[in-house]
Amino acid sequence: CLSLSESTTHRIICTAHYTWGRNCSSAVMPRITSHYTIFPRDKDPRWEGVEMERFADEADVVIVGGGPAGLSAAIRLKQLAKEQEKELRVCLVEKASQIGAHTLSGACLEPSALNELFPDWKERGAPLNTPVTEDLFSILTEKYRIPVPMLPGLPMNNHGNYIVRLGHFVHWLGEQAEELGVEIYPGYAAAEVLFHEDGSVKGIATNDVGIAKDGSPKDVFERGMELHAKVTLFGEGCHGHLAKQLYRQFNLRENCEPQTYAIGLKELWVIDEKKWRPGRVEHSVGWPLNRNTYGGSFLYHLNEGEPLVALGFVVGLDYTNPYLSPFREFQRWKHHPFVAKTLEGGDRIAYGARALNEGGYQCLPKVTFPGGMLIGCSPGFMNVPKIKGTHTAMKSGMLAAEAIFPKVTAEDPASETAGLHIPEYEDNLKKSWIWKELYAVRNIRPSFHNYFGLYGGMIYTGVFYWILRGKEPWTLKHAGLDSAQLKPAKECTPIEYPKPDGKLSFDLLSSVALSGTNHEGDQPPHLTLKDDSIPVANNLAIYDGPEQRFCPAGVYEYVPLETGEGMRLQINAQNCVHCKTCDIKDPSQNINWVVPEGSGGPAYNGL
Amino acid sequence: MSRVLVGVKRVIDYAVKIRVKPDHSGVVTDGVKHSMNPFCEIAVEEAVKLKEKKFIKEVVAVSCGPTQVTETIRTALAMGCDRGIHVEVSGKDYEAMGPLQISKIFAALAKKEEASLVILGKQAIDDDCNQTGQMTAALLDWPQGTFASEVTIDGEKVKVVREIDGGLETIKISMPAVLTADLRLNTPRYATLPNIMKAKKKKIANMKPADLGVDEPPTRLAGVKVETVDDLVAKLKANGTI
Repeated sequence: CLSLSESTTHRIICTAHYTWGRNCSSAVMPRITSHYTIFPRDKDPRWEGVEMERFADEADVVIVGGGPAGLSAAIRLKQLAKEQEKELRVCLVEKASQIGAHTLSGACLEPSALNELFPDWKERGAPLNTPVTEDLFSILTEKYRIPVPMLPGLPMNNHGNYIVRLGHFVHWLGEQAEELGVEIYPGYAAAEVLFHEDGSVKGIATNDVGIAKDGSPKDVFERGMELHAKVTLFGEGCHGHLAKQLYRQFNLRENCEPQTYAIGLKELWVIDEKKWRPGRVEHSVGWPLNRNTYGGSFLYHLNEGEPLVALGFVVGLDYTNPYLSPFREFQRWKHHPFVAKTLEGGDRIAYGARALNEGGYQCLPKVTFPGGMLIGCSPGFMNVPKIKGTHTAMKSGMLAAEAIFPKVTAEDPASETAGLHIPEYEDNLKKSWIWKELYAVRNIRPSFHNYFGLYGGMIYTGVFYWILRGKEPWTLKHAGLDSAQLKPAKECTPIEYPKPDGKLSFDLLSSVALSGTNHEGDQPPHLTLKDDSIPVANNLAIYDGPEQRFCPAGVYEYVPLETGEGMRLQINAQNCVHCKTCDIKDPSQNINWVVPEGSGGPAYNGL
Repeated sequence: MSRVLVGVKRVIDYAVKIRVKPDHSGVVTDGVKHSMNPFCEIAVEEAVKLKEKKFIKEVVAVSCGPTQVTETIRTALAMGCDRGIHVEVSGKDYEAMGPLQISKIFAALAKKEEASLVILGKQAIDDDCNQTGQMTAALLDWPQGTFASEVTIDGEKVKVVREIDGGLETIKISMPAVLTADLRLNTPRYATLPNIMKAKKKKIANMKPADLGVDEPPTRLAGVKVETVDDLVAKLKANGTI
């Protein structure tokens, strides 16, 4: 019963599952998943006779993802084309309704890559308005704060960097790209990778539209479009869904460790002017997390006219207690006296969340394959102790462009495969400052896996990084897959979180409303389950349903069955903010996040 | 030569939480997600359907506002409109603009383009005025079929089923006419990527309200608050209103 479609290698469950309801205990479980990646349409009688032919177009390069990496690659390609007076068609597809709407980051931008891409970025009006003036680091206890000196040379020292609203920066990059002639198509998600007969990547197909919630075609059904290219760049950001498929297809992860992640939640606040210190950067570790749970906070004072602060909380997804809720840790952190004094009297105006990479050097996969390459946070170039990944993402996009350009403009590309394989990109990466940087900090994050947890890690950083700059000859390993780290619920203690007070801390649903997220309601849920019965049988039974707690948007809820005893999983797909945490942390690895209809998702404004 | 004018408005997306500007002069729109007014989408869909059924030959999408509205016109073109008209109004003028000015613009355009039908959404989701369609019809002295949930062309007349408080009302009006679309009129089609690409080649004409003989909106004067009804009557007598 496996689908033999050449253009997808998703693991397709036997269509024996295509029955309405599965018997589980005394009640019939209502069906949750209806997406065609789990239930292929060529076997579905409701799709008989529906026109499935797709319109196709050709470009030289197709880029998936309008983030810092994708846009930098597009810009660099067009800059080279202009310099060398060559024609190049570059198309970029982005699932958000506008460039920047799905972008979320702290962020302290190191302008190194930007200086290379646009030395005249200031004249061009890049929104880098807040140079860092003050850098504070603290270890928090429940009531107190222990300041830690930010010595020059420590990875988190921010001298020379800018606090930016990354969404606005990405939007500006988009404008620069359009000016250079890049064709940008926001509102269209790349849903499928297309392959040539020889197995190389041919391009992508955008999402179909007009499929009803039960998986049947609506009157407005339209097929997505195929974009073919000589080489396709995948810049989907952390844990991209097409990248997940490509890792398997081309065996890109055979020589690296599985990627490890964290979830970052963020809010924007307009605070009392008297408390505003533009240019100040604050980071903390410690409370409310215990020493064995990696994570910490950030609070940046922006300088863009009004007294705005960007603040947030990061929790490593290798946490072991299934009762932990990153959202509620974030909300209660804001009550710490040191944080509360900044926020008191202020107004929260935005909320969002996104997963981020923590693996660094040890987790870098092969990034080139016939017909394509991976750029940016997708393979994962984030410098974790520096907490910066934008500069390396941009640089990886630029290096990809520089490797591609001679090949796609050559008269005879002399390629073995129809889709170009350009291993020079990987060679360039290894020679660049990205590699040196990631190598130097490779042992900091794994050093937290010791009995002393956070404190052991900080001591390791102080000794080996600050003094030796990562020159130690060994490379520490991470703990393994994040999804395998949860302990069964019965071995853990539930955490007593305080109720939100509505002034500093808030409930989940009002937070989700602030993200502006929305999706067309009548479409199959894009949080697909390989097996609908596993959430109750495994996730709820053994781990007490951790997805109810780690999802920052309230997508997953265990509700009582309408008839009979027991619970069922309810997926509120419309709330999804595209953070990818569920796909990462699900202990059963049963959730497969796929892209919903384009334009759906959050409507972040400068987040 | 049957031509339809469709009005499309660019509004803040309905799922976004609105924030009032710190100086209370309006709402924050910079960088905020905007989309085509849902009722305008329905209006475009109806016009394109009429063209597909061969009742009309050309659909022209019109929008008034700053440069960004061309994105909204582009979406209408991708849904099947033939060409677009961007009436440029920006800055303070745009903020002061209301249904009366828009209707004057539409009325002028309807005459200029010799349109047989003007189809608008019944109201915009940002101001909920529900006035532009009616005012346009009045300025043109054309019949109006508002809150349309069904539109059928019957020779030189249009049969419109209207959604009214008491239920449904069916009227037959002669063309040229103004129609405003209600929710149940149709389900708008998606603007697919190949159509967006084709739409880039369709023409969008640029003009200013002055080109159509429409004045700038008058500056809004401040109001006056009074304490009692007697004060109100006295003030109204003083300025000659009564």
